[in-house]
Amino acid sequence: MSNASTRNRGIPNPLAWIGAAALGLFGEIGRLAVFSARVKAAAFSPRWYIGQIWKQIVQIGFFSLPVVGMSAIFIGAALALNIYQGSGRFGAEQFVPNIVVLGITRELGATITALMLAGRVSAGISAEIGAMRVTEQIDALESLSASPYRYLYAPRFLAALIALPLLVLVADIIGVMGGWAVSVFGLGFDSTVYLRNTLDFVTRNDILTGLIKAVVFGAVIALMGCYQGDRSKAGATGVGRAATLSMVGAAVLVLASNYIMSTIFVEVGL
Amino acid sequence: MTTPILSLQNVEKRFGKNHVLRGVTLDVAPGESLVVIGGSGSGKSVMLKNALGLMTPDSGKILFNGEDVTQAKGKTRARMRERVGMLFQSGALFDSLTVWENVAFRLVNSGVVSRAKAKDRAIETLSKVRLGSDVADLYPAEISGGMQKRVSLARSIISKPDLIFFDEPTTGLDPITADAINDLIIEQVRGLGAATVTITHDMASARKIADEVAMLFEGEIIWRGKASDVDNSGNPYVDQFVHGRAEGPIQPAL
Repeated sequence: MSNASTRNRGIPNPLAWIGAAALGLFGEIGRLAVFSARVKAAAFSPRWYIGQIWKQIVQIGFFSLPVVGMSAIFIGAALALNIYQGSGRFGAEQFVPNIVVLGITRELGATITALMLAGRVSAGISAEIGAMRVTEQIDALESLSASPYRYLYAPRFLAALIALPLLVLVADIIGVMGGWAVSVFGLGFDSTVYLRNTLDFVTRNDILTGLIKAVVFGAVIALMGCYQGDRSKAGATGVGRAATLSMVGAAVLVLASNYIMSTIFVEVGL
Repeated sequence: MTTPILSLQNVEKRFGKNHVLRGVTLDVAPGESLVVIGGSGSGKSVMLKNALGLMTPDSGKILFNGEDVTQAKGKTRARMRERVGMLFQSGALFDSLTVWENVAFRLVNSGVVSRAKAKDRAIETLSKVRLGSDVADLYPAEISGGMQKRVSLARSIISKPDLIFFDEPTTGLDPITADAINDLIIEQVRGLGAATVTITHDMASARKIADEVAMLFEGEIIWRGKASDVDNSGNPYVDQFVHGRAEGPIQPAL
């Protein structure tokens, strides 16, 4: 071996590393885009496995209620306390109910729900599908003339699209009530006045923007879980890595898409 | 001459720099039982997955009943798979479904049979592999490895296919259970008149179920002959393999 080639091996080339990382990133984005397109095509054309969709709605929606409810109540309560503390600097404590309901419905209800589900649901889907991949169950499914896109991925995708807005609606209500509880029992607000201010201030658009976000977050969470599970490598390490990647990927995409949607909503006046 | 039910013609498959299949050519006649032997990493499973359409070869052709299915998708692929059964090495039973739902999956999924009738057919098929109706409502995790293989066998034969692939059907089983699985394979396959392609490195199993044996080595079929000739093949690679010797032209996969 020549001295030059030995030298080249010893010193990492930063440009080559950046190039390889960029190629890897674009490749991953391309694969995810193709996978997502195939899942959407399967989800919005017959045949639908209604039993599987219902099972996933229960799994994703119903069983997430405790974690979503707990998160929402604490976020609402903490939000009320912080707004009370901040607004007190310029004597605007009476706006606590308005800002709590605005923050919860437009932003935190959907985002907190989605982040909790990125952990509970996306990682769960990824681990389940990853285990099916490495134990040849997905190959078996195909060999039995059933498409994994229709039988496995589309039901999870559709279930997340349906369940997330419902969960966000629940989170909105519980979050606002968390703020109400702290304000009434801890900060001395009158219960009737607090609720009246909340209901008078919140608009249909505030709730709608949160629900639109929820649909997009549902798609992100289900797609990341299915994609990483489908690409899972063999062994416990491979399945564990797929679950981690899906959770982290879903959380980052939820936050990024949240910012993009908030920008669009502001631009169009929603 | 009868058209082979399955024909692999010069099939090649690479994974990056790993050239797994190097021009595999193989015909399987209707009703024939072909066993493909070969060491770990010789490309047996990849060959089977290409034949079944779970992977697409880089080059070469795969014909099913004379029809080119190499790149088949959609209805053509589905039509082929309706006539093909597969027993996976791990059993690959769906762990979220009960035993009878696993066995009857193809029937229920096709939508032509009601769930009640499909359950009856599943229980009837389970009885053919010596499993009682008491296991029908259990989940795969609740039964033993040998029983899982039998359930998987029942799933592969329920639709009366023309061709069945067996991927290491006896791996991980004790010799008595393995022999019972071999008996069931022979009994059921002869009953159906189906052709079979079995990949294995269990020579006892190969000798018992094969009409013909082929050996895959480094991605190529290096020998094919009658099962009765496998012990006197005159091929040093086959001799080393069937006699399980560490010394010979094949390097142990350590």
